[in-house]
Amino acid sequence: MIINSRFFNRSELIGFVTLALLLFLILPLSLDAFRLNLVAKYLTYAFVAIGLVLCWGYGGILSLGQGMFFGLGGYCMAMFLKLEASSVENTKIQSTPGIPDFMDWNQITALPFFWKPFHSFPLTLLAIVLVPTLFAFIIGTAMFKRRVGGVYFAIITQAIAAILTILIVGQQGYTGGINGITDLRTLNGWDIRTDHAKFILYFVEVVLLFGCIVTAQFIRLTKLGRILVAMREQEDRVRFSGYSVANFKIFAFCAAAIFSAIGGALFTLEVGFMSPSFVGIVPSIEMVIYTAVGGRMSIFGAVYGSLLVNFAKTTLSESFPQLWLFGLGALFIAVVLAFPNGLSGIWADHVQSRIDRLISSIKRKSGGWTSNSVADGAPAE
Amino acid sequence: MLIGHQPKPFLLAVEALTVSFDGFKAVNNLSFYVEENEIRVIIGPNGAGKTTVLDLICGKTKATSGSIQFRGKELTKLKENQIVQTGVGRKFQTPSVFEDLTVFENLEISYPRGRTVFGSLTFQRDDAVKQRIEEVAEMIFLKDRLDTYADQLSHGQKQWLEIGMLLIQDPELLMLDEPVAGMSVSERAKTAELLNRIIKDRSVLVIEHDMKFVEDIAHKVTVLHQGQILSEGTMEKVKNDPKVIEVYLGH
Repeated sequence: MIINSRFFNRSELIGFVTLALLLFLILPLSLDAFRLNLVAKYLTYAFVAIGLVLCWGYGGILSLGQGMFFGLGGYCMAMFLKLEASSVENTKIQSTPGIPDFMDWNQITALPFFWKPFHSFPLTLLAIVLVPTLFAFIIGTAMFKRRVGGVYFAIITQAIAAILTILIVGQQGYTGGINGITDLRTLNGWDIRTDHAKFILYFVEVVLLFGCIVTAQFIRLTKLGRILVAMREQEDRVRFSGYSVANFKIFAFCAAAIFSAIGGALFTLEVGFMSPSFVGIVPSIEMVIYTAVGGRMSIFGAVYGSLLVNFAKTTLSESFPQLWLFGLGALFIAVVLAFPNGLSGIWADHVQSRIDRLISSIKRKSGGWTSNSVADGAPAE
Repeated sequence: MLIGHQPKPFLLAVEALTVSFDGFKAVNNLSFYVEENEIRVIIGPNGAGKTTVLDLICGKTKATSGSIQFRGKELTKLKENQIVQTGVGRKFQTPSVFEDLTVFENLEISYPRGRTVFGSLTFQRDDAVKQRIEEVAEMIFLKDRLDTYADQLSHGQKQWLEIGMLLIQDPELLMLDEPVAGMSVSERAKTAELLNRIIKDRSVLVIEHDMKFVEDIAHKVTVLHQGQILSEGTMEKVKNDPKVIEVYLGH
């Protein structure tokens, strides 16, 4: 009986090393600062996509509202940066100095209570994780304990994302409204707008991304990961095996929310602002498309899906701004109809199998030589 | 209606159980008792409410009124997973196994440890688990298929796998809904042998249509008709009951 107990199997290890080379070496060495910052922006969506792999690909819970967690994480970070940018000397021309400019424009004269914790960086980091988790926990508990699932759950998450957008836009004095929170400058005194800062932030982001990849892989390999798959197929059998299905769904949904929130916070740092246009229905659906294109069962696929779709979006929307949304819709339909396992499915079915055949034929031809070749799969440890 | 008045503690006491779906009483004022180590078979024509009775006991359907006591615990107030944890296992009519997981993983999920979210995150596949899984796999004739994905199994093998998943839970009361339906003759014989082995030291509640199979295994038979008990007793007694012959066996 051979049950693979290694953390990565051979093809996953190759995928991990390839992605690490690409993100740590090839892209930073070959792209200029502007392009690298674009990649950094695309990669923030990869966090969301990895969360969706766990929640949707494995657990079968389709959330069309991941933008709200991305947004909550992003807003938490933006609130901290905005407070730092709104020091008394920076804002002395306002009628109330020391508060963010949009509050002053909306005749607010004191910092609202929920902004106060964001003076502290540690509290902000805590909030980036805790606020979206709590939010996901409340939604998850309310829905899954009542056994709301499938399409109904997807529609409800979409509705909540829409509500959150309306709330943010409507409460202009507290949130910056439709413009969002802009004009962010420094992080603990470190200017985040310079090319050098962006370069460093890119690496911080990639390290965190690999942290998320390893965490997701860890979850996937525990019994919880297998219960998620089991639940997707035969919810009742899981229930009658003694598990509280709702709790497992809540866990998967919260985990996806945390990943999204980390992505959102990094987005704010990389791009320098946060606005409701990253919270609502359209961005949330786009995030699902990144996952679907990459392959909803593949953690690495999620990263490539985010990079490629966003790259296509930037390129095509510059040339054909009106057609882009149709293209995106067509892409989604095409992927679901023709390649339900996305890019990673195409890779596994068409490329991987050929590589395996090639390796085995080389092995047959030249016996001992391959035993120390790279393709033979070094142990994961 | 006090349980304390019963002369002997029953493992399962179903009393005045009623469930109505929009006014239709699928189970109507039903009472029956299952003793320890008893094998009880429920038979009856289609629509008699047999599967509904199992659904009620395992919590899949909520009772409109009445009580179900298992070892003195009221099951009608518990959630499905809590009922499983008190020691009631249920096999469904159509094989419900996890097709995207291997036989080993199917059995592992049913292993009664690490059933909470954090318990399953820290669950270790240790020797005790592996040993138990191999033991059960041998019993259900799937020892050399442990690494096979369940969607590759035949219908009969899936049924066995699901029985194995129940077995590994080690329930005190095992409920089987048509365990030999859709099986070939040889699979049937093997299943009867399997059931005869696993019913030791536990009570079993079986729904089955195959009369030969029922005769082989039943200690006591309950005949249901329109949600009520038509007859109850040994197979011999039930078979000769004119009411039973009229509504069920006569066909």
